[in-house]
Formats: sequence, C-alpha cells, structure tokens
Amino acid sequence: MQNTNYLYPKGLKGWLTSTDHKRIGVMYLIAIMVFFLVGGILGGIMKLELAQPGQQVMDAQTYNGLFTVHGIIMIFLVVIPGLSAVFGNFFLPIMIGAKDVVFPRLNLLSFYIYIVGACIAVLSQFAGSGPPDTGWTFYAPYSLESDTNVVMAVFAAFVLGFSSILTGLNFIVTIHRLRAPGMGWFKMPLFPWSLYATAWIQVLATPIIGITLLMIAAERFLNIGFFDPTLGGDPILFQHLFWIYSHPAVYIMILPAMGVITEIIPTFCQRKVFGYQAIVISSLAIAGVGYLVWGHHMFTSGMSDLSRWVFSLLTFIVAIPSAIKVFNWIATMYKGSIELRTPFLYTLSFIFQFMIGGITGLILGSLATDVHVHDTYFVVAHFHYIVFGGMGFAFFAAIHYWYPKMFGRMYNERRANWAWGVVFSGFTLLYFPMFILGLQGMPRRYFDYLPEYTFGHVLSSIGAAVLLTGLFMMVHTLLAGRNGKVAPANPWGGKTLEWTISSPPPLENFVEVPTITEGPYEYK
Amino acid sequence: MENHSAHSEHRDDEGSRLGMWVFLFTEMILFFGLFLVYAVFRAKHADDFHIAAQQFNVIIGAINTIILLISSATVAMSITAIQLNDRVKAIRLLWITIGLALIFLVNKYFEWGGKIDHMLYPGSDLVTSLKQGQILFFGLYYFMTGLHALHIVIGVTLLAYIASQVKKGKVNANDHVLLENGGLYWHLVDLIWIFLFPLLYLIT
Repeated sequence: MQNTNYLYPKGLKGWLTSTDHKRIGVMYLIAIMVFFLVGGILGGIMKLELAQPGQQVMDAQTYNGLFTVHGIIMIFLVVIPGLSAVFGNFFLPIMIGAKDVVFPRLNLLSFYIYIVGACIAVLSQFAGSGPPDTGWTFYAPYSLESDTNVVMAVFAAFVLGFSSILTGLNFIVTIHRLRAPGMGWFKMPLFPWSLYATAWIQVLATPIIGITLLMIAAERFLNIGFFDPTLGGDPILFQHLFWIYSHPAVYIMILPAMGVITEIIPTFCQRKVFGYQAIVISSLAIAGVGYLVWGHHMFTSGMSDLSRWVFSLLTFIVAIPSAIKVFNWIATMYKGSIELRTPFLYTLSFIFQFMIGGITGLILGSLATDVHVHDTYFVVAHFHYIVFGGMGFAFFAAIHYWYPKMFGRMYNERRANWAWGVVFSGFTLLYFPMFILGLQGMPRRYFDYLPEYTFGHVLSSIGAAVLLTGLFMMVHTLLAGRNGKVAPANPWGGKTLEWTISSPPPLENFVEVPTITEGPYEYK
Repeated sequence: MENHSAHSEHRDDEGSRLGMWVFLFTEMILFFGLFLVYAVFRAKHADDFHIAAQQFNVIIGAINTIILLISSATVAMSITAIQLNDRVKAIRLLWITIGLALIFLVNKYFEWGGKIDHMLYPGSDLVTSLKQGQILFFGLYYFMTGLHALHIVIGVTLLAYIASQVKKGKVNANDHVLLENGGLYWHLVDLIWIFLFPLLYLIT
C-alpha cells in the first residue's frame, strides 16, 4: 500500500518526463523556491549596500543591475507563476475531483517553457554586454539605448509569458470540463474559483506584454521606431502597453493568494465560509476591473486630466471587491473555533499586511497624494506589502497547509511557528520604515542617500537580515520535515476533496470519482 | 515510470475545441496590441499615414486577400471531407490550402522585395528622411505583415503535419478534432489579414 502514491517509483527520469499534475507541481515548487531564495539573497545584498550612506559593497552600475535582476527573478520567475503553477497544478484537479488537468502533456510543456525562459533570464546576466540595468519594467526609451544585455532579458520574459498562457489555458478548460459529477459552478471550492479568474487574466493579458516585448526587440534590431522619439515613436505608449499587462499581472499574483487564504480560514475555524457567492463574484470583479486600472501607474508621466480621473476612480472601485474579501474572511472567523496552527499564523499576517498594502495603494491611487509619493520608497513599501506580504505569505501559508498532503509527513510545528515569528518581524522591520522614508522623499532605485535617511535605512537593513534568517529557518524546517511524523489523510480537519484521499495522494488521485452533493465548506 | 507518462486514455473533443478557442483569443489579443499602436499613431499622424499608404499596391493586397479567403474555404471543405470519411479528398484539400498559402507568401516576398529595392525599409536613408508619421507607417507595415507571415508559416507547418496524420489514419471520420482545430487556426490567420488589408492598403 505504501508505494502506490505519486511519489513512487523514484528516479529522476520518471520525474522529468512525468505528465502527472502532482509531480509537475512539485517540480515547479522546487524551481520557484530556488529562484525565490536567489532573489531574496540578491535583495539582501541590496540592503547591505544601503545599510549606510555612501558606497559600501558595490558601485552604482552594479546596483542598477542588481535591482533589475531581483525584479526580473521575483516578478517573472516567482510570483507570477507562483501559486497557480505550484499549488494550482497540484491541487486544482484534486479539489474538483479530477484525475489530472485536461491537457497533461501541454502542462509538462509549459513547465519546460518556464525552465527555458528561466535559463535565458539567468544567461542574460552573464552573456553579452553586462547585466540589464533597466529595472524589470524595461521602460523606453532607456531600454532601447542601454548598451547592456536588455534584449535577452526581454526575450526571457516573452518566453515565460508563453508558459503562463498555456497554464492558464489548461486550467480554464480543466475547470470547464473536468469537475466531478454534481459539482456545479457554485459548489466548487474557492481556490479553484480564484484560479479560474486568474487563468482568464493570464490568457487575456499576457499576449499584450508579448507583443510589446517583441516591439522592443524590433526596435533594437530593425530600427522600427515604435517607442523611440528619434525614430518617430512615443515612449509613453510603451508605458501604456506595459501596464495593460503588468497591472493585471498583479492580480495574477494576488488572486490565487486570496484563494489559498479562503481555503485555510474555514479549516482552522471549523466554520462554513461566510459569503461564498460574494467571494466568487469579487474574484471575477477583481479580474474584470483590474484590467482597466493600468493608468494609475502613469499619473505623473503625462496623461490628460480626464483619463487620470477615470483611472483613479476605477482604482478605487477595484478596492471594493478586495475589501469584501477581507470582510468575508473576518466574518468567517467570527464565532468559529479558531486553532492557531502554523498555516493560520501565516494567514493572519497575510490579512494584516494585505490591508496595509491595500490602503496605501489607495494613497497612490489618489491623484494629489500620488504626485507626492510617486517613485519614492512609499511605492516600494506598498508593493512589497502586497506582493511579498500578500502573495509571498499566502505561498508560505499554502506550503504549511498542504505540506502533509503533498509529502505525507508533518514538519515540526513548533519550529515552524518560530520561523513564522522571525519572518513576520523581519518583514515588518524591513518594509515598514520604507513607508516613512518614502513620505520623507527618499527616491527609489538609488544606490545612495542623504544622511537624514540613515535611521530608516539602517532599520530596514536589519529587517532584511532578520527576514532572511527567518526564511532559512522556514526552509530548513520544511526540508527537515521529510523525516517527520507520518501525516494522516486529514490532519487539520478540512472538508475539501483533497482531504478525503490518502497522504500523499495516490497516482490518479481518486480510486473512485467522487460525486458531489453539497457545498465545499459544510462544517457542523 | 511508464504509468506516469501514459495516463489512462482520456479523449475530450469538446475540451480540445474549447482550448483552441482560448488559444485563439490570445492570438487575437497579440495582434490587438498592434492595432492599438496603429490606432494611436494614425490618430496622431493622419496625413502622414495617408501619404505613406499610397505607396502600396492595392491590387497585390486584394489578390492576396482573395487567395487567403479561398484557402479558408478549402480547409473548411477538408473538414467536411473527413467527416464524410473521404480521406483522399481531405488530404488533397489540405495540400491545396498549403499551396495557396505559399502563393500568398511568394506575393508577399515580391511586395517586400519591391519596397526594399525602393529603399522603403526601416532605417534606410530614404525612410529616415521622411516625416515622423510616415516612418511609423512603414515600421508598422513591416512589423504587422511580418508577424502575420510568421503565422502563415506556422499554419502551413501545422496543416502539413495534420495532412500526414490524416494519411496515417490518426485523423479520421471518428476523431478529427485535430483537423478542426488546425482549420480554426487557419481561419484566424485569415481573419487577421482581413483586418490588416484595409488598415494598410485601403484606408488612405
């Protein structure tokens, strides 16, 4: 019996050629965790440079390359695929009662496209004329003029876009076609729902960045001047096209995170999720409205007053469904029997950080205040609160929540809780001072600063060290969990389908395809 | 190991078609980005676009449009043929489609070649001496038709592969979703040209 789960038979070749969604999910997990740690260490080196005014460990050009590669790795290789590639692949089919995704071979192909894209991104750092120094946004006209290796990095992002599109396509069709008998749309758990909304954004927004990046390449190789004013183009147009994708991409990151949180809260409160339909509709609303707010990245780059008004208004509107979710989570906890286990600690800190990140987002979405804090550390703090404090913490919550299911073992919970404490304190110490620094006028992307910003920077650098320590504690605890206690099928008392099968799941998930008769969160 | 790569055979034509449609959305949005760029620059430089577009030969464009329209019809006929279990006719129609696509590419080659002979290509001394909007128009022309030609090449490869599958009997009267999806892709390539033709040749 022991050897019938998906982890057997062992052997590298069997893993690398497997079309099993669970194995692909685990391969993504390993790749993404490696890139996350690399990106994190690069961030740590940046904080080392910023620990004191003046030059510490590197010159300005190196710093430019460093924040560019930190951004490219974290955005394109970690948080955009992140939750949907790892936990979506592993748990979407199980949670809807299917044996696999609808196109398993396509799924493996998108994994390899991801790996190829990742290799090109890494190569762009070493090959050619030096690491790109444009920032992950590749803003024109600098990205057209910089003599560093921009085209290769751009091409890496283009390839990674393909992987993202194919994963999204696979999930959409899987959810349409493979739900278990009886699982109507409104009996589907909320993590699959959030993946569904995400997948549509992946499919509908990613091609725009694809064509934009191709235009950059054409401009550099063929002198076709779309964005370069000397060739007749318009650099602001690049910003529009870039954010038409890259703002929805923020929702590609955060929607699955919200889905994970929505799964964890009912389990650890043993209570039916509050407002199931409101959560579904708000996911779809975020996906829809999120498409129309890109202009708020460009309030200071030259736009008509009318369009600034409209983009600001839409930005406020997209905050409403996000807030609805927060109310739903809190209402679910109300009068629940709350158990403070490790995944729930990460979940609580997610909600706390997501609210700070969200509300500071509205400060940036207001026209008058944005002019003051635009391109300062305030923006850096805001999006790290959302992307790391939100998506990152949801990723940690997910890995602690599903670890026993994925690997059939329990990690040491006491050590995991300690790691959480260190990660949370380090995070706060690292990023909260950045809000203050930003309000005081510290510009982003600078490798040096005036002495009056020293205190905030020192705090932030100490926070970075604490955070990295915490992350290594967390990873160590998880890796050590391989030899932990054997996990039961349902360690947390969850109700969704993944908890009805053994841990780790058998090869095709279900011996018998389940028939669904009630909603996913029917706690007593 | 074997059982990991060979999942229990699962066939879902409806799912495959849905997947293809979703993929076609992404292709449309890829070109939509270019149409957006076209629209912005056209609004800014209407006169320049007008002058530059007069360099184009409407006749060649129109012939190419008709060729692609016929090729869309032949690929559709090929699907009907396979449904009627006439494999030979299906293969023949596919090769006609591919032949028409190649004629399209040959026309395109002469059209581009003619332009390049007249020094009308991005970065040439002549083009860079033109007004801003005209430079942009030529840039857009090469980029849009070039990307479209790339799609034609991909489509031809796909159709040739499908023709070989029909010949092997892997695509047959009972299982022809691959051919249908190939046909859908070909219609999309055609559809995009239907937009490119008026934007580049007709609206002057």
